[in-house]
Amino acid sequence: MFQILTLKGSVDFLKHALPISIMSGILVLASLVSLATVGINWGLDFTGGTVVEMEFSQPQDLNKLRVALDRPETSGSVVQNFGSSRDILVRLQVREGIKSDDQVKLVLAEATKLDAAVVQKRVEFVGPQVGEELAEQGGLAVVVALICILIYVSFRFEWRLAAGSVAALAHDVIVTLGVFSVLQLEFDLTVLAGVLTVVGYSLNDTIVVYDRIRENFLKMRKSTPREVVNASITQTMSRTIITTGTTLITVVALFLKGGTLIHGFATSLLLGIFVGTYSSIYIASYLAIRLGVCREHMMPVEVEKEGADQPSMMP
Amino acid sequence: MLNKYPMWKNLMVVLIIAVGFFYAIPNLFGEDYAVQVVATRGAEVTVSTQTQVSELLAGKGIAVKRSELEKGQLLVRVNNAEDQLQAREAISDTLGDKFTVALNLAPATPEWLESVGGSPMKLGLDLRGGVHFLMEVDMGEAIRKMEEAKIADFRTQLRDEKIRYAGVNRTVKGIEIKFRDADTLNQAEAFLKSRGNDMLFSEQTGGGNFVLLATMSETYLRQVKEEALNQNITTIRNRVNELGVAEPVVQRQGAERIIVELPGVQDTARAKEILGATASIEFHMVDEKADVAAAVAGRVPAGSELYQQREGGPVVLKKEVMLTGDHITGAQPSFDQYSRPQVSIQLDAKGGSIFSDVTKDNIHKRMATLFIEYKDSGERNADGSVKMKKIEEVISVAIIQSRLGRNFVISGLGHAESQNLALLLRAGALIAPVSIVEERTIGPSLGAENINNGLQAMIWGMAVVLLFMMVYYRAFGVIANLALSANLIMVVGVMSMIPGAVLTLPGIAGMVLTVGMAVDGNVLIYERIREELRAGRSVQQAIHEGYGNAFSTIADANITTFITALILFAVGTGAVKGFAVTLMIGILTSMFTAIVGTRAIVNALWGGKRVKKLSI
Repeated sequence: MFQILTLKGSVDFLKHALPISIMSGILVLASLVSLATVGINWGLDFTGGTVVEMEFSQPQDLNKLRVALDRPETSGSVVQNFGSSRDILVRLQVREGIKSDDQVKLVLAEATKLDAAVVQKRVEFVGPQVGEELAEQGGLAVVVALICILIYVSFRFEWRLAAGSVAALAHDVIVTLGVFSVLQLEFDLTVLAGVLTVVGYSLNDTIVVYDRIRENFLKMRKSTPREVVNASITQTMSRTIITTGTTLITVVALFLKGGTLIHGFATSLLLGIFVGTYSSIYIASYLAIRLGVCREHMMPVEVEKEGADQPSMMP
Repeated sequence: MLNKYPMWKNLMVVLIIAVGFFYAIPNLFGEDYAVQVVATRGAEVTVSTQTQVSELLAGKGIAVKRSELEKGQLLVRVNNAEDQLQAREAISDTLGDKFTVALNLAPATPEWLESVGGSPMKLGLDLRGGVHFLMEVDMGEAIRKMEEAKIADFRTQLRDEKIRYAGVNRTVKGIEIKFRDADTLNQAEAFLKSRGNDMLFSEQTGGGNFVLLATMSETYLRQVKEEALNQNITTIRNRVNELGVAEPVVQRQGAERIIVELPGVQDTARAKEILGATASIEFHMVDEKADVAAAVAGRVPAGSELYQQREGGPVVLKKEVMLTGDHITGAQPSFDQYSRPQVSIQLDAKGGSIFSDVTKDNIHKRMATLFIEYKDSGERNADGSVKMKKIEEVISVAIIQSRLGRNFVISGLGHAESQNLALLLRAGALIAPVSIVEERTIGPSLGAENINNGLQAMIWGMAVVLLFMMVYYRAFGVIANLALSANLIMVVGVMSMIPGAVLTLPGIAGMVLTVGMAVDGNVLIYERIREELRAGRSVQQAIHEGYGNAFSTIADANITTFITALILFAVGTGAVKGFAVTLMIGILTSMFTAIVGTRAIVNALWGGKRVKKLSI
């Protein structure tokens, strides 16, 4: 058998944990600052407004359309390419007293002047109050997900580990949002789906490590918690690399081939997978140790583990 | 003996995978061009309609692949787009107005598959093109209507009981009933409470005023909203049917919103016109005592209101609504004996009895038909919602000649007007106006492009993952790849089986992601087996321990991801819900294939034998 990674014995991952945690802390802080000052570039789903996507037969000069749309009804519109130089996307703001239908008609009329063969591919209008609700629900969803996970992990493992995993997840969410804020990438509903998926994915990694920690606490009776954690991370490292690799492969395929409508989703996943993998290793376990997790805390679960070892429970 | 599955377990694995595969098959057949015939109210699609259509098409030389009569609608499949257009024209010319004839794409699933419930995955609008509307019901208006009705109830109840009141009015706080002294107030309160009325009563006495305030109870308020929403859904569904769209979706979302999806429709303006024609009708008695001239000058008697007639001229009507359009079950334009246009109306049982009572007490008095329409005023409120304009018009005033029952006519209309009114009445009235809060139009080419992009991503992602697994884990990698492929097909199978599951673009992304994450189960198991082998265990022992120890890890890891998917499903709308559904299904099927499926193969290949070395 050949191995991507052959780790003999146990690598002292936690040696770097403190400086890395400090760095993570700075990253979270920077993200929060950016979120507070620059904010998120909310997409149509959240802000409300109208989006018109058109396909021209020839590459177009965006400025011509920009100039043409600089009038009271459509001022402040964003005109940008979407995928190729022939695809143009116009984002219109909600204006009091002006119907979105009329705005769309105006855009199409101007586009037809530039190119008679223009095709309207997509028109979306979202009322601002709908968007606000979505933002609320989205935020709520992330919080509820974190709470449910906190409960589940406390129940299955131990509260110190649960706290560690949720801290790691919150870290992933904040940093992912932070990057979206710093780079001013558009944040729409699919990105929210991506962020929640990251929560699930990152937790996957954490659980795998925790499971091994629990097992090793029972096996390595003479070792310190630090040694146990190091051994556990080392043992699961090759799995982590392979799974992260295969997931990254498919997400990259989505990013490159999935089309522009999926870009935001793929971007948030790409980011989240990196951040999530590293946080499971350095933040989740490290925090549990700092909270004082030790062998005694794992004892009650031993009963359950014994039960799980019965052949009848096995597939 | 280690690593042997009992026969029943092997059979179970085979059976489950076979069922998954079987229900995935319908997706291979593509779609037929079809014409769909649906009856609008009053008509019915029957076997004779089917024969008529078949003969008609045979006469035109249009080959029919299959014609099905199901759930009151006829679906005729033809060979190509050209035949489809011709067939539609011919059918709609022959059948006339009572039927709507729409172009459709019907899944070309063979009949034997269909008969066991096999059907392909339903595609979301983002994949097949069309219009999506999210509409909001104006609940304030629904509540106002209900309060008006209550006011009328209170007046009659108190009058019948000979309790003298000074006035009944609607205020911001609720309905205020004024009295002259505390005694009557108490008497009225006890009486009204005894009648139920679904309202909460409280005394607001003070400063020489004796006021009883009636407010809606929480449960009643909820009930009113619920009824308004359901009534509007029914009405919109009827109107959508008038549009002649194949497979429209009309669904409630939350407490106040309705989703309407019209696949294949590009003309949003027409769709909106029909959906947004929020007209309703009310019957009021004419206030015979009122002086019209005085009313025009601004002195309208209490309990009455001044309206304009369509023909011109003011008229004073009692505020009390005798009957609303909700009770109308049918309406057809027709002509009286002098060939003057009129509209024949049928009421439901409750409407009939109300109407019978009203007309009995009011013979030789005048009754007016009030037409109320809400139109988009083109302006927006500060919160961005559409400002609606209310237009009220008296369309007919008729003298009640005799006691009327469930069938009667409204006369005094123009020809076109009677046609229009009948259509609107037939389609039902909206109990409260709706506004469009979200609208999405996806072109058909973009839909096809989205599918194509999704498939490309899936093929590339899958190919690389399969290759990697095979190289890295060799024989076991091939087994994992089999499991992965089976998993993907099972996701498709389950998606096709669940009636509510819809494939969307993010849904395809979810499938692609599933490919990447599904191998995790196998990776966990295989890494464990390698570890056990390194620790010096025998091959059989290593396989056994590998699967055993990885099990709880896989379960824990997947359950947590499932939780997040579930939350995503709960809060998400449309496309995001689609993603959550595929993710959830993917988690379940991948757990099954990775743990049980591969184990069955591994057991069959190596279980119970003397094996020196594993290809892992």
